[in-house]
Amino acid sequence: MNDVLVAESVSKHFGDFKALNDVSIAVPQGSIFGLLGPNGAGKTTLIRIINQITMPDTGRILLDGSPLKPSDIQNIGYLPEERGLYKSMKVGEQVLYLAQLKGMSKQDAKDRLKYWFDKFEIGDWWNRKIQELSKGQAQKIQFIVTVLHRPKLLIFDEPFSGFDPINANLIKDEILQLRHEGATVIFSTHRMESVEELCDHIALIHQSNKILDGKLNDIKRQYKTNTFEVGLQTSNAEEVVNSIKNNFEVLPATFKNLHDDIKLNIKLSENKSSNDLLSFLTSKAEVHHFVEVIPSVNDIFIQTVTNN
Amino acid sequence: MNHLPLIIKREYLTKIRNKSFIVMTFLSPMIMIGLIALVAYLSQINNNQDRTISILDETGLFSDVFTDSEHIQYSYLSDINLDIAKELVNSKEEYGLLYIEKSIDSSQLFDSAKFYSEDSPSLTIISSLESKIEKKLTDLKLIQDGVDIEKIRASHTRITIAQESFQGKQTSKIDSYLKLVFGGAAGYLLFMFIIIYGNMIMRSVIEEKTSRIVEIIISSVKPIQLMMGKIIGTSLAGVTQFIIWIILGGVMLFIVSAIFGVDLMQIETPQQEMIQQAIASSEAQNQAQELATAFLNLPLLNLFVAFLFFFLAGFLLYSSLYAAIGAAVDNETDTQQFMMPIIMPLILAVYVGVFTVIEDPHGTVSTVFSFIPLTSPVVMLMRIPFGVPIWEQVLSLTLLVATFVFTVWFAAKIYRVGILMYGKKPSYKELFKWLRY
Repeated sequence: MNDVLVAESVSKHFGDFKALNDVSIAVPQGSIFGLLGPNGAGKTTLIRIINQITMPDTGRILLDGSPLKPSDIQNIGYLPEERGLYKSMKVGEQVLYLAQLKGMSKQDAKDRLKYWFDKFEIGDWWNRKIQELSKGQAQKIQFIVTVLHRPKLLIFDEPFSGFDPINANLIKDEILQLRHEGATVIFSTHRMESVEELCDHIALIHQSNKILDGKLNDIKRQYKTNTFEVGLQTSNAEEVVNSIKNNFEVLPATFKNLHDDIKLNIKLSENKSSNDLLSFLTSKAEVHHFVEVIPSVNDIFIQTVTNN
Repeated sequence: MNHLPLIIKREYLTKIRNKSFIVMTFLSPMIMIGLIALVAYLSQINNNQDRTISILDETGLFSDVFTDSEHIQYSYLSDINLDIAKELVNSKEEYGLLYIEKSIDSSQLFDSAKFYSEDSPSLTIISSLESKIEKKLTDLKLIQDGVDIEKIRASHTRITIAQESFQGKQTSKIDSYLKLVFGGAAGYLLFMFIIIYGNMIMRSVIEEKTSRIVEIIISSVKPIQLMMGKIIGTSLAGVTQFIIWIILGGVMLFIVSAIFGVDLMQIETPQQEMIQQAIASSEAQNQAQELATAFLNLPLLNLFVAFLFFFLAGFLLYSSLYAAIGAAVDNETDTQQFMMPIIMPLILAVYVGVFTVIEDPHGTVSTVFSFIPLTSPVVMLMRIPFGVPIWEQVLSLTLLVATFVFTVWFAAKIYRVGILMYGKKPSYKELFKWLRY
């Protein structure tokens, strides 16, 4: 797969403060790439470097294999975390202005804007001033500004903050649709459930260093502990539990299911497969529940950050 | 990509569509003209008050000295003593009583005159009384010494020194006043322009920061482009406003003076008095002609070109500093500490202009200040009507432009870092650090 965006050992410091230390990432074409990290880790600095707002001290950014150049702003759509529009400027005029700054012609921008206005059913906002809109409404305009020029790389910094669940869902669907149309998305957020839902690649930055990156599934595989949630039903519970404990490592379990039965987390050692466990269990009791424990992004995030 | 025209257009349109901008554009000249009319009207009322002054002259020497003028009537009292006269004048609510005591020797009369009044009398009235008495006494003394007054009067001559430069240009006192007016107006105009529109630029940078739109803009254009667009757009809006002010002000001045019959040109300011004296001292029939030649004597082309360049460079220099301040702070209240270093040289320039250029346009102080970049635009503009060698102007302008390039670089650095810094009140030390980011 081609990488749309590659950062090669990017470093940046402000005075004595090191904001990024030798960070490299590769964002594959058509992926949704989660850029994660605690507050102040250096995510925004990296995003600003990709947007050519600040220049890296060392290292370089490649877009489609060639180093970033000023005209590349046309290919990138950026929704910053600190949102804002000119408050006293009319919606239509403002979006056209920002689109022209991105290199669109006025007519082209107008047509595209009409399309988005129809899509969001907000045609009557054209002559309203931003200060007359609610925060959520202004966010919608901001989203349109970000995607209007059909960039091939979209960067969203906390895209769902400020949206109610319905609108957040609308925006999520739009992001997925844009990816479907061929755009690549970099997605920076603290909401792990949306990372879980949307991202196929992630990179984790902590204290200016990249400490983890790759395909989300690979990472999860890497972090799995060979543990299975097991729910059993049997008449002689005590005897069964004891025999399991003699053969496997058992941890307390907290999952929920419909039956009021034995609930266990069983960790397998290296030389045993899930089938070994399953056949052992079926010989002892009736299996109602058998699931491999997959680490959540949240778990991985907390685990890696606290370990570093 | 060059987005400068787009940014300039937006800044310009936003400024001139702004409600308070429109209101100020049309209200300011009205307020100004209204004030001028009011002052003129009030001073007229003041002069129009009729006053009566009683005179108790024990010497009898001044019976023909005090003749009624338009607003002052004199009434002579006789055969009463001072106390009764005082009471009489007081009861009639007259303006005051002039009492001239009879002394044995007329040479001691100089300190024997007294003026009694309810409130302290107006200075102009006292000095007019004094000069009348003086003149009479001088005449008397001359007569005593056997001098023929008529001969003295006849021998009195008026003289106007004709001025001519070594290059053969005819000049006159009017010349100097005209130069003063031109230079002063140009310098003052620049000063006002910087203060008003520099602030406007600063506010608009702060607005972009507080509305958080700046990060979006900056991901599309270079900060220096945004800054220059802002400066140029705002300046154009400023020029528009200034032109409207001048046209509107002129029209309204004309209307007001036509309607109220108030001759606004008659308001007496010290400068105007000087000009009037200068005009009065020249032959009346030559006045218009002389004014015209004086005007033509000005280095008009030089004045015009220099005005354009110094005005432009001076304004850009200051406005880039204003923009940098706007970028460095979060809100307007934080700007105070950075404003001082900008306002100081500006005010200094105006003071130097007013006090030394008028006195000696080519003296050391004026010359030096017309080269120092932060003061040169104002001071040089004031000096140029008096004739400044071209090489001096070019040198000063070169220095100014070099400084301008430097401040734009400096401001752009601050701007680039500052617009993305929120929630910090920066110190000078921190600004210096930003230069190295």
